[in-house]
Amino acid sequence: MRAAWPGGGKEVLDMPMLEVKDLHVHYGVIEAIKGISFEVEQGEVIALIGANGAGKTTTLHTITGLIRPTGGTILFEGRDITRTPGYKIVPMGMAHVPEGRRVFAQLTVLDNLMMGAYTRRDKDEIRETLAMVYERFPRLEERKTQMAGTLSGGEQQMLAMGRALMSRPSLILMDEPSMGLSPIFVNEIFDIIRQVSQSGTTVLLVEQNAKKALSIADRAYVLETGRISLAGDADELMNNEAVKKAYLGE
Amino acid sequence: MSFAAHLISGISLGSVYALIALGYTMVYGIAKMLNFAHGDVIMIGGYVVFVTVSGMGMNPLAGIVVSMAACTVLGVVIERVAYRPLRGASPLAVLITAIGVSYLLQNIALLAFGSDPKAFSNVVTLPNLELFDGQLVIKSVTVVTVAVSVVVMIGLTLFVKKTKIGRAMTAVSEDKGAAQLMGINVNGTIAVTFAIGSSLAALAGVLLCSAYPSLTPYTGSMPGIKAFVAAVFGGIGSIPGAFIGGILLGVIENLSKAYISSQLADAIVFSILIIVLLVKPTGLLGKQVQEKV
Repeated sequence: MRAAWPGGGKEVLDMPMLEVKDLHVHYGVIEAIKGISFEVEQGEVIALIGANGAGKTTTLHTITGLIRPTGGTILFEGRDITRTPGYKIVPMGMAHVPEGRRVFAQLTVLDNLMMGAYTRRDKDEIRETLAMVYERFPRLEERKTQMAGTLSGGEQQMLAMGRALMSRPSLILMDEPSMGLSPIFVNEIFDIIRQVSQSGTTVLLVEQNAKKALSIADRAYVLETGRISLAGDADELMNNEAVKKAYLGE
Repeated sequence: MSFAAHLISGISLGSVYALIALGYTMVYGIAKMLNFAHGDVIMIGGYVVFVTVSGMGMNPLAGIVVSMAACTVLGVVIERVAYRPLRGASPLAVLITAIGVSYLLQNIALLAFGSDPKAFSNVVTLPNLELFDGQLVIKSVTVVTVAVSVVVMIGLTLFVKKTKIGRAMTAVSEDKGAAQLMGINVNGTIAVTFAIGSSLAALAGVLLCSAYPSLTPYTGSMPGIKAFVAAVFGGIGSIPGAFIGGILLGVIENLSKAYISSQLADAIVFSILIIVLLVKPTGLLGKQVQEKV
């Protein structure tokens, strides 16, 4: 199987795409992540759900090297990336759409997208990916010369996702993509995540909107104050009484 | 003609400020820190030329290249040893470290070369420009200084806008974390910024000492502070701003010296800074970041 896009060319892995083992993260003396382990298989959409402060963002930041763990290991496609500098992880095929979008406000939409392809060399291939991103996000093409800071929240989210796709990741990490968006945009964003997944990219999704997240995920992990309290198929968790009560508002 | 002469020497002095301010503004723009040791890198650059050209009899151009190379290394080493460990520390800690580095460089020079001024021989040996039947003489060092600063300003602007590493610098200046998520080596990018800033400081040092041929361990200190003022004046972080700020500052300083009072010149320069900051806190060309949330 060859994934068509955007993680094209990746062979089928005979191991988990991402494996987090007994991860510990401290902020000073406070332990934010208290030994969590989870796996993401190739092609899956995995949701990490949980309340504010449960450690979801910290987990993603640790995987992409923005924060150093104090214990545990992270394997990406079988390679140990626990101590790998963050900037070297991107060319391995992992992209991260950060919480709050963090587009480069003073660069144009096009320049932002090109930053996403920073680690790539082949100009023709980059152009090809750009065309695909524009196809998926026509609004970005309409606004390509506009400063990213002048986009609306939903458009900035699309830009952040498009920018991440520009590196042709095999695994994409998304942190609260629906945060602060109007309901229409939330639906649009989740449709896009589904499309990204269908085109062969593995997705690790962090969301407070548990209902939405579980609706598109294959499996999910529930994070509670730095520990995984529940794990299972998304359908199962959707019907789990504790999850319903705590995260689905039922 | 005397007004024109004062104006021209003001532009010359301003060009030196502009070169120094470009280094200040690059480092501030990208690393978000004020490198107060920048002025002292100028002085080191001057001493390197003094040793190689006046001492070892090297060709002046070769001496300048050696000096720029030495200061590039010095800038990168300072960044690596003194500033990188403090990345993420409070800006105040970084500022104090920068002041410490400044004193360290001054005292190293003091130890190595003593406190008496060294006579610096002009490295620009071209003939002077005589206009209006010799009524207005423009020194060749002036012409070279102005030309160099214009070329450097344009070069830097193109570098930041057009090259990949330049765009990486813009990304790092906006958001280090997001830049790293793009696969940008943030520490490497900041090191490159220091390298460029310090090589410009060396160039500024040579031109400064050629125009004002007396070199002491404190030579870089005052021009450094004034260049910082120029950078703030023009809008810190802005490359054309640093250039315009530098030129304006040099002209104001020289005209004040000529027509008001040479003792008051510095006071006037700094007063203008205060007024500019009161009226337009971002400086002349400072960016007003507009951002929808």
